[in-house]
Amino acid sequence: MKNPLDSLGQTVTLGFVLTVVVVLLIHAFSA
Amino acid sequence: MNEIVTYAWWIFAFRWFHVLSAIMWIGLLWYFNFVQAPTVPKIPMELRPAIGKFILPEALFWFRWGAMATIVTGLILAYMNGYLLDAIKLGIGDHDPNFSAIGFGMWLGSIMWFNVWFVIWPNQKKVMGVTPASDDEKKAAARTAFVFSRTNTALSIPMLYCMLSASHGVF
Repeated sequence: MKNPLDSLGQTVTLGFVLTVVVVLLIHAFSA
Repeated sequence: MNEIVTYAWWIFAFRWFHVLSAIMWIGLLWYFNFVQAPTVPKIPMELRPAIGKFILPEALFWFRWGAMATIVTGLILAYMNGYLLDAIKLGIGDHDPNFSAIGFGMWLGSIMWFNVWFVIWPNQKKVMGVTPASDDEKKAAARTAFVFSRTNTALSIPMLYCMLSASHGVF
């Protein structure tokens, strides 16, 4: 399987997906 | 003079240096990932050594010391603002999303700083011949440095969301 980090586009997409995950965690941790 | 150089001014001064050094660091990280890595394969083979011999050592110097200055000024800033420990424990128990946001930002930034100093730089030293390595070791080191550099590029996006949202009234 190809590493998604080999693609710049997939790296940036991963960054935005991680942002959504982190925002959800921020709300969960501060509830 | 005392009315100008107040404690609040010092906090601002550290924030200023924090942002200056962070732009140096992340600017070069994005240069490596958005410009250098995709362009090198298009450069004629006889010209490629110029990147490794002249541009890379200089770029990596400012890159790693930018990272160091960013984490040092960031930790001082968090301490001066009085939220260093709240941020380290990700705001758990504080019921304040700003502490959780700056905490996640600090942890993501710290992971990125660790990757720079303890993964990317030691491997780049092998690639550049600063530390002795065989051709196979150089190839493996270049791959490791690339993967961790791309990891930091991905992490820089949520890291900056956390850093900015914590101090701009998003929560």
